[in-house]
Amino acid sequence: MQEMMKKRATELLADGTCDRVLGWAVGDFVYDQTPALFRTEEELQKGFVYNGFSAANLSKYLVKECRAGGKIAVFLKPCDTYSFNQLMAEHRIKREMIYVIGIACDGKADVEKLKEQGIDGITDIKESGDSYVVSTIYGDKTVKKAEVLAERCVACKSRKHMVYDELIGEEGEVIADSGRFDMVEKLEAMTPDERYLFWRGELSRCIRCNACRNVCPACTCEQCIFDNPRSGVSQKAAANSFEENMFHIIRAFHVAGRCTDCGECSRVCPENIPLHLLNRKFIKDVNTFYGDYQAGEDPAAKPPLGRYEKNDIEPGEAGGVKA
Amino acid sequence: MQRIGVFICHCGTNIAATVDVKAVAEALGREPGVVFSTDYQYMCSESGQTLMRDAIREHKLTGVVVCSCSPRMHETTFRKAAEKEGLNPYMVEIANIREQVSWIHKDVAEATEKAIILGRAAIAKVHLNKPLKAGESPVTKRALVIGGGIAGIQTALDIAEAGFEVDIVEKEPTIGGKMAQIDKTFPTLDCAACILTPKMVDVAQNEKIKIFSYSEVESVKGFVGNFKVAIRKKARYVDEEKCTGCGICTEKCPQKKVPNEFNMGLDTRRAIYIPFAQAVPKVATIDANYCTMMKTGKCGVCQKLCGAGAIDYKQQDTIVEREYGAIVAATGFNPMKPTQYNELGYATCEDVVTSLELERLMNAAGPTAGTLLRPSDKKHPHTIVFVQCVGSRCDAENEKGKPYCSKICCMYTAKHAMLIREKYPDTEVYVFYIDVRTPGKNFDEFYRRAVEQYGVHYVKGQVGKVVEENGVLKVQASDLLSGEQLHIDADLVVLATAVEPDKSARSIATMLTASMDTNDFFTEAHAKLRPVESPTAGIFLSGVCQGPKDIPETVSQASAAAAKVIGLLAKDKLTCNPCVAESDEMLCNGCSSCEKVCPYGAITYTDKEFRGPNRTTLIRRVASVNPAVCQGCGACTVACPSGAMDLKGFSNRQIMAEVDAICKM
Repeated sequence: MQEMMKKRATELLADGTCDRVLGWAVGDFVYDQTPALFRTEEELQKGFVYNGFSAANLSKYLVKECRAGGKIAVFLKPCDTYSFNQLMAEHRIKREMIYVIGIACDGKADVEKLKEQGIDGITDIKESGDSYVVSTIYGDKTVKKAEVLAERCVACKSRKHMVYDELIGEEGEVIADSGRFDMVEKLEAMTPDERYLFWRGELSRCIRCNACRNVCPACTCEQCIFDNPRSGVSQKAAANSFEENMFHIIRAFHVAGRCTDCGECSRVCPENIPLHLLNRKFIKDVNTFYGDYQAGEDPAAKPPLGRYEKNDIEPGEAGGVKA
Repeated sequence: MQRIGVFICHCGTNIAATVDVKAVAEALGREPGVVFSTDYQYMCSESGQTLMRDAIREHKLTGVVVCSCSPRMHETTFRKAAEKEGLNPYMVEIANIREQVSWIHKDVAEATEKAIILGRAAIAKVHLNKPLKAGESPVTKRALVIGGGIAGIQTALDIAEAGFEVDIVEKEPTIGGKMAQIDKTFPTLDCAACILTPKMVDVAQNEKIKIFSYSEVESVKGFVGNFKVAIRKKARYVDEEKCTGCGICTEKCPQKKVPNEFNMGLDTRRAIYIPFAQAVPKVATIDANYCTMMKTGKCGVCQKLCGAGAIDYKQQDTIVEREYGAIVAATGFNPMKPTQYNELGYATCEDVVTSLELERLMNAAGPTAGTLLRPSDKKHPHTIVFVQCVGSRCDAENEKGKPYCSKICCMYTAKHAMLIREKYPDTEVYVFYIDVRTPGKNFDEFYRRAVEQYGVHYVKGQVGKVVEENGVLKVQASDLLSGEQLHIDADLVVLATAVEPDKSARSIATMLTASMDTNDFFTEAHAKLRPVESPTAGIFLSGVCQGPKDIPETVSQASAAAAKVIGLLAKDKLTCNPCVAESDEMLCNGCSSCEKVCPYGAITYTDKEFRGPNRTTLIRRVASVNPAVCQGCGACTVACPSGAMDLKGFSNRQIMAEVDAICKM
């Protein structure tokens, strides 16, 4: 797969379809990959990687690249294409500047889960059917994919690309019974006190590194309100631990109806806070109250929270809270 | 730093009896920026306003907080007074310590504390207030009336009389509404059609009035003075321009088994029909649910017979876009279908009818040609029982009915009883009632005539059960005055069912952003002082859509609504609200979230050049607001993910400052 992608990227650079390619490169560790730009065949040969650790959603980086001009080719996994469409809908990226190469994906490995399996000193990862062969300084280890897939991949909502100019690998299907709301349902079943304790516990670990916000494809504001001293909330959110917890609630509200559930927030959280659950609760509520809606499915769709229909639910209907 | 003056109004004892006004004035006087603080008996009085103006002058105030009644009452009063002293009117804020404090609290200490907190919030806001200037917007000199019953007809005629154009949108094939179905009217007993149809003809002949019959409002955009309305003209499969209303199609159509809604389903009509002889417009309509041609593609009798060539089986709905300065809701009512009351037998016994069905059974154009015959065996009923308040005046918990009095039933039942006794003196008439309510000119005299002259048996009590046995309706009831159980063998039972707002009213209210009460009646801007206006500017209320009322009341209200509309349309310009949205281009992402939620189409996007890092230029898509179109609803400020969109006079910072002031212990 990696070689096919490299070959195709080289061709696209050569025939002038694009002047740079957005893909992945190895970071400090092999499992810690970062988005990277490649402008020549040499750069591609030297740095381009694609394997079970190529998890990053590259859509967001197109916002900056579109401003830089030129033409960009980008590799997008099915879940990344939802973010791409959502950015299109919000006029954050320009379709005519981007060449989208859809790549088939059957999930990415969660390095924490590998470590739980006692796999350490990782130097490489290769796919072999339904298993990963992980090279380590202690030798090769084989592990079933299903045991080490990231949570967002276990509950994958779609293996189908919402947009692409060309496709590498086989196109999959939208997965209706992904089970991605199971944990939300468990949280809903809790008493308010239990739920409060759950979130206070999870969010207490937050170190406000802002990684979740910085990686989020829905967080592309020119200036985030948390960075804007004139917003009146930038300092407030750092006042005490409760206000700091509110940062995540506010963020969830800001991306409500726009979050495509790509799961990047939880992936990058150094404290493993299940931040995606906040977003999924909103997605589930939107589905319940306004009918099934998937942000990023169709860039021309009217978002339920951004429109007004005659038959919109009234307060108090369908389990809503009557004011 | 602002120099703020605070004025605490006693409102007589309305506020002062529950709030320690002196303590409030003293506490607020210590707030930062407050240079003057006082209390006064009536701030809205001339002397109260003078007190405020003197203080503005003497203490060089830059901002004013009045702790008084709701801003809906006197905000304008105080703003105008401040303006006379050269202060920008939008530097005045009201803390509502009457409706929100003294009227809803009993404990003086608690109420005083809350009044201080609300005052503090207003002070915090004034600190961030900026002077605002209002612009102007033009007025489209045309009105829309939704509903073509007697209310809509009267409103339209009065507006047209003043020289303005009016459109009536009526969802049925003809205007006329419920009044067209009524036989006689109380308390004068004149024929409803005789007084209604001349008005219908007036409407048809008036050059200023355009009727959109068999049409519905599809969407409403814009704001007072500048509404844009899409009207769906439903396909009637007959060309309105060509049809002469000769009626030959309605006589020859072979599909004869369509329930006739005009006669409450008591007889049948054809698949192509004109609801009644005096219909306006007198144009046939094909009922696609029953038309053989439409369903099977075989028939075409009407098309063959139509001399005008008006039949068009392929006609489609069309959407007409029209602009209006004002909109009147006249959506009317329907009598409730009493099917949920099993004990009263409406669903099971043919001879249990509603009052409106009885109107048709007594009407010359009705299914019995005006002879009162009961539906089951077409025989004269000799004992008739009327049951009052079916579905009206129910307990709040009783989900089967309405909590309100339907107002008209007592009078029309007296009318029915009297007419029956007059025409068929051998008929015994019983009326079971909770109360007989007859306030209105000549109403009580009318009711007494029914009892005293016509010998109608009025029984205080309720009917518990109606069952049919061999063609006889066994009515079981209680007489509350004598404490006896009554058993009456009746031939006909008539239920005076509750008045319900038309089902279409709610979706229309949503489109108009007009508010409704829990019963789906439109709410007034003020229950007593602005009874024909909706709280939404430019929306007016006419007839039963606002609450149950009889014909004279409906007509008065319809004319009142017309007067309000004329007052609006007579203006060339309206002063805009200066509290409009504004986009900070430096923060705007160009995401279009605001544009999508804007109900007024006030937001547009442009590509603008900005300075980028390192002396580069950057072209960014940013939002801009047209202040003449923006109505200041604030939807965009909530939708904006980056906080770029803000509302003048209600900025996010001002609201946060208010919240902070309230939460500060």
